Amino acid sequence: MSSRTRRELLQRIAAAALAGPLASDAAQHVHQEAAKETAAAGGVYRPQALTAHEYATLQALCELIVPGASKGHAAEFIDLLSRQNSEMAAVYTGGLAWLDHAMERSARTNFLAAKPADQTALLDRIAYRRNTTPELAAGIGFFDWVRRMTVDAYYTSSAGIQELGYLGNKGAAEFKVPQAAIDYALKRSPFA
Amino acid sequence: MLQVVRSRPVADVVVIGSGAGGGTVTKVLADLGVNVTLLEAGPMLNPATDFKEHMWPYQVPHRGAGDGGASYFGRGRPFGWFSAHAGGWALEGEPYTSAEGSKFMWFRSRILGGRTNHYGRISLRFADYDFKPRTRDGIGTDWPISYDDIAPYYDKAESFIGVTGSKEGIRSAPDGIFQSCPPPRVHEVLIKKASDKLGIPCIPMRLAVITRPTNGRPACHYCGQCGRGCAAASNYSSSQVQIFPALKTGRVRLINNAMARELITDDTGKVTAVSYVDKTTRSERQIRCRTVVLAASCCESARLLLNSRAPRHTNGLANSSGQVGRNLTDSVGFSLNGQVPALAGMPHYDSDGMGGSHLYMPWWLWDRQPGFPRGYHIELGGGYGMPGIGSFNNVCAQHEGYGAALKSAIHDDYGTHVGFSGRGEMIPNPDTFCEIDPTVVDRWGIPVLRFHFKWTDAELKQMEHMEQTFTALIETMGGRVTNRSNAPTAEKISAGGEIIHEVGAARMGDDPAQSVLNRFCQAHDVKNLFIADAAPFVSNPDKNPTLTITALAWRTAEYLAEEMRKSNV
Repeated sequence: MSSRTRRELLQRIAAAALAGPLASDAAQHVHQEAAKETAAAGGVYRPQALTAHEYATLQALCELIVPGASKGHAAEFIDLLSRQNSEMAAVYTGGLAWLDHAMERSARTNFLAAKPADQTALLDRIAYRRNTTPELAAGIGFFDWVRRMTVDAYYTSSAGIQELGYLGNKGAAEFKVPQAAIDYALKRSPFA
Repeated sequence: MLQVVRSRPVADVVVIGSGAGGGTVTKVLADLGVNVTLLEAGPMLNPATDFKEHMWPYQVPHRGAGDGGASYFGRGRPFGWFSAHAGGWALEGEPYTSAEGSKFMWFRSRILGGRTNHYGRISLRFADYDFKPRTRDGIGTDWPISYDDIAPYYDKAESFIGVTGSKEGIRSAPDGIFQSCPPPRVHEVLIKKASDKLGIPCIPMRLAVITRPTNGRPACHYCGQCGRGCAAASNYSSSQVQIFPALKTGRVRLINNAMARELITDDTGKVTAVSYVDKTTRSERQIRCRTVVLAASCCESARLLLNSRAPRHTNGLANSSGQVGRNLTDSVGFSLNGQVPALAGMPHYDSDGMGGSHLYMPWWLWDRQPGFPRGYHIELGGGYGMPGIGSFNNVCAQHEGYGAALKSAIHDDYGTHVGFSGRGEMIPNPDTFCEIDPTVVDRWGIPVLRFHFKWTDAELKQMEHMEQTFTALIETMGGRVTNRSNAPTAEKISAGGEIIHEVGAARMGDDPAQSVLNRFCQAHDVKNLFIADAAPFVSNPDKNPTLTITALAWRTAEYLAEEMRKSNV
């Protein structure tokens, strides 16, 4: 998408947000444009809300949170929503900058370029609320966002649903419950 | 000034609203050969394109979070993005207000079929004693009709729409005409064991879902997605089950996007026309009629009456009793969840089934009330649901961390939870009612409702009993309560309107000084005005209102047709 059409699109979304009912049309337009761009780029998603560096950092972070997250297009999901929502974009641009800054202070490089051991050392600090200090609070808050959204993206993807073992959404002529499952649960229950 | 377009022909019956009440009246009248003009404030429904049944979350780029990730900011659609409802507790341009110190949430669906497109389909007959609450415990008001008056219409409604269930012979849960209910899921088998131990009956669920082909509708295919709307019409919605067939009779004229403004009366006090806004053109129209049936939903029907002022009736139409808007109630709602170790590591199976629990617990202490009046029933949750946005928020919050350990925690957690939801009776009280807010109008210039709402000690005590019961059930099955809260009861009980069971704002009764409608849901003051939604209800028993709306509307429609035949209206 040229910068001109992108600008027009953003204006249209802003106007639509004020008008109300049109908002979903505009958002649908974003999805369609994104799908077209991805197809035109040979299937490679081009981030719009995030810079190339931010997006690469997010991809690495998502993969650390949920191994296989790329199969669930987690970073793409986050960028897509951030394109439509400046509040969410602010969470990610701010959070990713915090991550780089924290890494610069501890390992004198940005998050993406840091050694895996330095990356996990930082995550070990921000992945738990019990570590909250004035220094880490913003990082912990950001990690909570990206963890939830990465988990959501992965487990709502085809790969994640398959891995989890959800077996429904099929429909059947008859509803049956396997006796083996009933026996399994009863055996482990107080009613055994 | 708006140009008012008046229709030349006079409609026999104008029905306002196309939900459970309006759909039933339209179907019954059309079958009896009566011509009906049906006004619906929302657009036409097209199940093939409107329902998101069977859609996977990855088929939409936002996965169900809504555009811009709305649900992450608490702005998502109620019941999730895939739900079939059109509307919610807030409608753009159609506000309502709450009086100071009151909180009330008003759910409206503007579409053909209204809230029946997405509702829970729970279909419970009121018990015989539910119609005589004052006789039973000295509180509230008796209905002018008894169980025997409405029983034949429960039969008709159940036979026509199709309801699952089993004959149990329990007084608080009268048996009906049932189709077979699918077997309980594994967690429901465990719950039944727990309830047996605690002496609480746990019986097959009564859902408006057909399990054998009925009236040309195919049997349920057990995808568990009733709330998304069923394109096969294997569950009940007034749109698909009643209105689409009624339209084929040629006796129904459907006008969509028609927002009723007021009822016009003549010097004798009879309704002569309905004034409505054609939302597509923003023009004011009038349709002349012999009779009118309000089925706009309990509060919307009350609003229409209160907004229909004339020199003869300055405080609203059919309101000489002053009871329009009064006696409003919702159901008491409370939920508790638990995690059950016996379910951990179980071999997965497709637990979708019907869209709702396959078992439920009717009120079991009706003959030995435990320190509060009236009762509640219990609905169950659990199983291997389709993952969605937020499905693992609790695991993320509790486990924290990341990587393989987080993934493993999610796998271990999936399918091990059960949920209990209580739905109980609220007793009408003088502090709970709706009225016209004199200072606010909606986008069509129609004055809006202002709500007053208050729970009393009876409801708060009932909710505490729910909490104790659900805790006992969870612990008896070896589980652990996961969402216990030490907040005061008044903060844990549902908000008024949250359960979407508003009833009573134009109650029926034999005394015109104390009630709006007579025993046939015909206005005492206006002989050609009827109400066929939940507004006529005199009490709000712990049985979800839709089946009784349908049965009562059926009875009202037959009475109306007979009165028209006799030229009494």
